[in-house]
Amino acid sequence: MTNKNNHRVIEHYVAPLDETPLAAVDSTVTEDAPSSLWKEAWVNLRTRPLFIVSAFLIILIAVVSLFPQLFTPLDPNKPNFCDLGSALQGPSGAHFFGTDGQGCDIYAKTIYGARASVAVGLVTTIFVVIIGGALGAIAGFFGGWVDSVLARLGDIFFALPLVLGALVIFQMPLFRDHRGILSVVAVLSLLGWPNIARITRGAVLSVRNAAYITASTALGVSKWGSLIRHALPNSLAPIIVVATVSLGTFIVAEATLSFLGIGLPQELMSWGQAIFDARTQLRTNPSVLLYPSAALCITVLSFIMLGDALRDALDPKARKK
Amino acid sequence: MLRYLGRRLLQIIPVFFGVTLLVYAMVFAVPGDPIRAMFGEKQPSDAVINALRAQYNLDQPFFVQYFLFLKNLLSFNLGVDFTGRPIADILAQVYPVTMQLAIMALVIEAVFGIAAGLIAGLNKGKFFDATLLVVSLLLISVPTFVIGFVLQLVIGLQLGWARPTVGSTVDFNSLILPAIVLASVSFAYILRLTRTSVAEGMDADYVRTATAKGLSRGRVITVHVLRNSLIPVVTFLGADLGNLMGGAIVTEAIFNVPGVGNKLYQSIIRGEGPTIVAIVSLLVLVFVISNLVVDLLYAWLDPRIRYDK
Amino acid sequence: MNEVPNASGGQEERPLLEIKDLEIEFTTAGGTAKAVRKVNFTVMPGETVAIVGESGSGKSTSALAAIGLLAKNGRVSGGQIIFDGEDITHVSEKRMIELRGNSIGMVPQDPMSNLNPVWKIGFQVKETLKANGLPSGPKDVAEALSNAGLPDAERRAKQYPHEFSGGMRQRALIAIGLSCQPRLLIADEPTSALDVTVQRQILDHLEKMTEELGTAVLLITHDLGLAAERAQKVVVMYKGQVVESGPALELLRNPQHPYTKRLVSAAPSLASRRIQVAKEAGLESEELLSGSETVHAKGKPDAVLKIKDLTKVFKLREGAFGRKTDFTAVDKVSFEVMRGTTTAVVGESGSGKSTVARMVLGLETPTSGNITFDGVDVSTLKGPDALKFRRRVQPIFQDPYGSLDPMFNIFRTIEEPLRVHKVGDKASREKKVRELLDAVALPASMMRRYPNELSGGQRQRVAIARALALDPEVIICDEAVSALDVLVQDQVLNLLANLQSDLGLTYLFITHDLAVVRQIADDVCVMERGKLVETGTTDSVFENPQQEYTQKLLDAIPGARLLLPPEVA
Repeated sequence: MTNKNNHRVIEHYVAPLDETPLAAVDSTVTEDAPSSLWKEAWVNLRTRPLFIVSAFLIILIAVVSLFPQLFTPLDPNKPNFCDLGSALQGPSGAHFFGTDGQGCDIYAKTIYGARASVAVGLVTTIFVVIIGGALGAIAGFFGGWVDSVLARLGDIFFALPLVLGALVIFQMPLFRDHRGILSVVAVLSLLGWPNIARITRGAVLSVRNAAYITASTALGVSKWGSLIRHALPNSLAPIIVVATVSLGTFIVAEATLSFLGIGLPQELMSWGQAIFDARTQLRTNPSVLLYPSAALCITVLSFIMLGDALRDALDPKARKK
Repeated sequence: MLRYLGRRLLQIIPVFFGVTLLVYAMVFAVPGDPIRAMFGEKQPSDAVINALRAQYNLDQPFFVQYFLFLKNLLSFNLGVDFTGRPIADILAQVYPVTMQLAIMALVIEAVFGIAAGLIAGLNKGKFFDATLLVVSLLLISVPTFVIGFVLQLVIGLQLGWARPTVGSTVDFNSLILPAIVLASVSFAYILRLTRTSVAEGMDADYVRTATAKGLSRGRVITVHVLRNSLIPVVTFLGADLGNLMGGAIVTEAIFNVPGVGNKLYQSIIRGEGPTIVAIVSLLVLVFVISNLVVDLLYAWLDPRIRYDK
Repeated sequence: MNEVPNASGGQEERPLLEIKDLEIEFTTAGGTAKAVRKVNFTVMPGETVAIVGESGSGKSTSALAAIGLLAKNGRVSGGQIIFDGEDITHVSEKRMIELRGNSIGMVPQDPMSNLNPVWKIGFQVKETLKANGLPSGPKDVAEALSNAGLPDAERRAKQYPHEFSGGMRQRALIAIGLSCQPRLLIADEPTSALDVTVQRQILDHLEKMTEELGTAVLLITHDLGLAAERAQKVVVMYKGQVVESGPALELLRNPQHPYTKRLVSAAPSLASRRIQVAKEAGLESEELLSGSETVHAKGKPDAVLKIKDLTKVFKLREGAFGRKTDFTAVDKVSFEVMRGTTTAVVGESGSGKSTVARMVLGLETPTSGNITFDGVDVSTLKGPDALKFRRRVQPIFQDPYGSLDPMFNIFRTIEEPLRVHKVGDKASREKKVRELLDAVALPASMMRRYPNELSGGQRQRVAIARALALDPEVIICDEAVSALDVLVQDQVLNLLANLQSDLGLTYLFITHDLAVVRQIADDVCVMERGKLVETGTTDSVFENPQQEYTQKLLDAIPGARLLLPPEVA
């Protein structure tokens, strides 16, 4: 200790006790209901405008997909749906969005197109999350050669850009001759799983060395048990965010494939198909393209907004006390 | 550093082989006769068929075919297409166009994306940031071809500010519109990436220390925040080049750009297997090389990679 | 530096830094909260003032406000900050930038995260000098670094932060903080992230530099012993308020406020110093241990755990393309742990103490040597026998925020060991969990709660409950209290001691903190770089260290050189 300042007088100050009361050391929590991290995230989420808007839109879209008949009396599957006599009309009371070159009501086509497009997005996301998620989790948790092999496998599929890869796959007779929801889903899943795998791997990797994993190993839990019971539930947050956003991008991808002529087949009503049909009529009647595109954009937008809202609500940095 | 690069090279090589094998298999290893399948309805004489088959080594077992194909590829012997034109010539014609388009798009998305992301990240939560976020959301949600059509319609046809199609005149002016369209989605991603990196960087400990040293705010932002935020952005940009090259198909179709994408699309419609495989292989090569360049850049930007591991 | 002449004539000396009735509030999603309330203290020119408090006391916040570095959502809502007569509470950013660096400097806490990893060290020093208008050539940079104690400064300036050790990085930060010779240096826990022996070196050096330059130091720390050793004046903060302040030694000898009294009695470094002093005066250590009683087993205790020639070699990949080198983390370590007692394994980072613990727990396989538990060689156990062994040895880890699964509520966490080993049925397991919570003094209502709702000390108690679930005989505490605040640490140590005497537990206590060892351990093993350097009873090792390294560790305990009277505090 230094002596340089011993000529100074330092006052000994004590704060009055009533102003500085002492709490018990490490007192226990109060009476509120228990709240897990999910509950906290939900409370956070439901106040976000991004979430409210996107949730509303998604519910609307779901209803349109499941019960299109509620939204329009016309049925594209009925034979007299299109009337060549009333082709290329503008918006009117009978045809909200007007009619296309065949005289078909654009509004009804848009409403009925929702189901196939959304279905492709949904089913692809489910496949991709299951396959990519499982592979990524195993790679991240066990590491070693499993990880290396999976990384290389993922790299191979990453090297094929979506449209390019789809084009090449679809020229194979197997796919070319059996176009339908399943083949589109298969192609998109094949090209889309590495992204989810990579995210899952990263998430699992970041929790792999957590003390609670070590603790569970020390008390006798098997490696697989640790992965399934501890690592995976704690890795869900980024997976959910990516899955939500991917749903949107898969719907866009289907539309792009249809635009190129290799998406869903003619008979299946989808927004992609509507856009494909509209290509030739662009100059004369842009609304043929416009309305299905708008419906597509709104749908995709709502999923991506939801993904953004989820990411902000689940962000651990925002949650830290 | 050398170790790191060497390791990456070792990892990339199997990927290259894997992809080319996959693509080759998808094009040629089909049940039935690929040559006949390509011609569809109008079958030429057997002599022609046999000649073609020999030329493409299709009378050999599959892996021998693939091996011969690779050998040819690496010695730049790409063979001829079904009309007799050397594929190499075709590629020499279309590749530079797409390359030019891709680089223009890259520059546009990098410059505007980083600038916008920087401003958004520094003003997180405020009006400008919120606006940019909405814009980025829209750009990601709207399919490229819709953006393409709309811009073509509005700017090309109605306003006449740029050429609506490219056709045979390939120059900066004609490519600017497709380049913007191509760049649009990536611009949104780069904006968001930069924004997040910058916002996180502003909270970093070393930024606080830099401020404590008495550095001006401008210097703290450029030297410390931006420099560190660039690392993930550069990584994305590098990977995007490969994507842009391969994914320009839609844009090239809309704007009638005589590039790789268009050629590939036509080849697929006509079932010209050798052309397809040649184009895709070269695209993958570009992808692989750009990844390696990215790794080099990454090591240069982040000294921890250079000296560690 | 100018020293204001003597104050004996009643002439007032102007304080360098005056904090008057300072109020700081933070705005979060949940509203506005006052972090600092009516805080008053002063720093005279050349004086070293320490602010002591636990986490959340507002000590860092108050000091950072002086240099204008509050977080974005914080603001000074009342009071004044006066630096050398100038009111800088709401001064313009331009003026603040002028003051930073050459009038007020800062040395932050974590050396790794506070240096920009992509720029060379020399560059980061150079830009400090340049920004403050000082010569910034390579010679000046090298001089600044070597003044801070970095050897071979010219070569080091060309390196990157990740190539430096923790101590070297902190020296670089000190070089940066003092390079422009500020009149006031704010040191925010400058050595908390470092090894104990390095801590002492760095603090000694810092003291020397600030004396030479006449710099006043505002030292922020959670360690009262360290504060008393290094500062003339100590300010104690609790929950955002100053509860007591005064001359360092007087505060220790005569604490007035109840909080200060608690700190003084609980701080391990002070407690260990008291014991030392008392022993020198001939008193017995038993009476001095605050609250914890060591149990001396009746009759001759047996060795429940025997470690013989334990070695662990890791293969690390160095150099180009997979040339592997061997890294010996643990080198032929042998010791015994007596049933019902506490054996501490002490060492700095890299000593191998954690690796020993992991091997005992079966998380790592030893390269050679054996571990005998109750006469059975652990490495021979396979399958169900290995599982049974796990029941008898349980761990408590360091990080209370990481050792509990955030997705499990407290009930599931404590129940997990019972479920894995298939003990009892649902009803009996619930009963057991209630009993365990009771044993660690937590209310049963805690069962439905989640870790994110609990404090660090509470989580650690849940970890203890989980460790006790299978009625183990040995508990391995791997730095179990190192991450806790002083008062909470004291509480948890007391709990552990009580559990030991109630249940006859044996503890293997891994720690880097010798002061804590003094309070709770019967036997000590000192490790350095994988080797067991010294072993013996706590009393004998502390009073009569045989090895130079042990002596170094003992000297490094903050407060080791305090002049305390040999009375019980």
